[in-house]
Amino acid sequence: MSPEPAPILKVSTLVKRFGGFHALDGLSFHVASGEILGLVGPNGSGKTTAINVISGLYAPDGGEVVFDGASVGGVASHKLVHRGINRTFQVPKPFLSLTVRENIQVALAYGRASVAPPAMEELLDDFRLTEVADRPAADLNSAQQKMLDLTRALATRPRLLLLDELAAGLNPAELDWIAGRIKALAATGMAVIVVEHLMGFIEQITDRVIVLNAGKEIFEGTLATAVREPQVIEVFLGGEHAA
Amino acid sequence: MPNALKHLLFILVPLIVVFAVLPGVYQNHLLLFNFVIFLILAQGVNIIYGFTGYLPFGYVGFFGAGAYGFAIMVMHLQTPAALAVLVGGVVAVLLGLLLTPLLRLSGAYFAIANLAASLAVLHFVANPALEGITKGPYGVSLTGTFNPENAYYAALVVLALTVGGVIYLKNSAFGLALQAVREDAVSASMAGVDVIKMRVIAWLASALVAGLAGGIYAWYVSVFYPDNVFSGDFSIFAIVFALFGGVATITGPIVGVLILYGIYNLIGFTTPQYFQLIYGLLIMGLVLFLPAGLVSLATRRGWHVP
Repeated sequence: MSPEPAPILKVSTLVKRFGGFHALDGLSFHVASGEILGLVGPNGSGKTTAINVISGLYAPDGGEVVFDGASVGGVASHKLVHRGINRTFQVPKPFLSLTVRENIQVALAYGRASVAPPAMEELLDDFRLTEVADRPAADLNSAQQKMLDLTRALATRPRLLLLDELAAGLNPAELDWIAGRIKALAATGMAVIVVEHLMGFIEQITDRVIVLNAGKEIFEGTLATAVREPQVIEVFLGGEHAA
Repeated sequence: MPNALKHLLFILVPLIVVFAVLPGVYQNHLLLFNFVIFLILAQGVNIIYGFTGYLPFGYVGFFGAGAYGFAIMVMHLQTPAALAVLVGGVVAVLLGLLLTPLLRLSGAYFAIANLAASLAVLHFVANPALEGITKGPYGVSLTGTFNPENAYYAALVVLALTVGGVIYLKNSAFGLALQAVREDAVSASMAGVDVIKMRVIAWLASALVAGLAGGIYAWYVSVFYPDNVFSGDFSIFAIVFALFGGVATITGPIVGVLILYGIYNLIGFTTPQYFQLIYGLLIMGLVLFLPAGLVSLATRRGWHVP
């Protein structure tokens, strides 16, 4: 790790239980402003749970989430949004009966962006939604719904953006395009955490990855190093493949 | 011209003017009064169901609470009628506050719990042990405040405020946020909306509307029993009228009341023997062919309906 700025988000020994199952079992990591961090790991390793806890959907059962110097574990989602955390959903959940424009208006009006909120037309244009702006969100295809979910998040001007499988289901041209957009967001100083199964996409955009297994991190570093790490190979491919 | 102003000028003003003039030319004042009451209740249902998705099957609980709030003020404190109506509204809001935990439920569970709550309030009010306060099951008689004419105009004021409130919801970020909560509460919170606060505000606003209507109803009829003002018919009618026209619009519930309550009375006057048959068929047809209400005939064609 090269010398880096103070992290905007620091997660320490985070625990989340569902009944007897420990979805997060002492997870610790951090991310700095302007950095794109990948969270990877097999299904059920706790990636989405981590995002749900950080974005306030679940209260943690142990450990700490520190955002911008303040402990925010268990704070309600809308308050975290006002503090500057936002996210997209694996399955996008736009407000189906409202138009695309109205969907974004809600976030612009209630997001309490700390700096001036972005302009509607610019958001629509940046994420290729201008043509469907006045159609109900229910009419959009799944890629457009994902983009709407992302613009809804961006309308609140987050300083930490959590992307839960944004790339799944996009075609190669769309992948390249959205990778560029995410990098441009990070270049403005936004911290971005990307949960993704598409390793090529992770490779293309992340500065650093955390590999999760059974609710805790087993590796931290670049993806190129991760794929040579025996423990990482073991959880992804099974014991016999590890050197 | 901003939309809100258009809606005020072309929906609210004509509606109020027509109902202000009608008593001069049409003799059945009770019928006109009932129209106004149902217009208020249907818009109250619109606020809570249309904008937040909670179906209030026990909506009459607020109406009855308002009527009894009015009656108790008049009987025991000799309060002037207008003030007692306001107290009726406050009583309904307090009942709404008491019932806020119901908002944790959704769909049919909320509807059933709300229905049960309204029955609980009915049996509480009708309890003979409370005869000293509510007159229990024996009903109240408020001859001192009897003034149907003033009560009618008070109802018009409440109708104007209610429709005005719905116009605000239809044209404001607040109303948009309420609809966002209805569509997806998790996404709404991620747009920065305080979901619980929004639901409670809409819930209490619809309770207030029904409470004021109940108070005015008590003022108008002046003699009533618990079974009258807690009659499930009020909930059912208000919901059916609102749904028939189309909720989450300003005009839908108005059209619903004018047409359905109009037909209801027309059949009642002309062919009462077929009444339930015709009315039942109408409602079945609505559910089968126009589940999103009459306004969906227009919205399906891409026309915008205020």
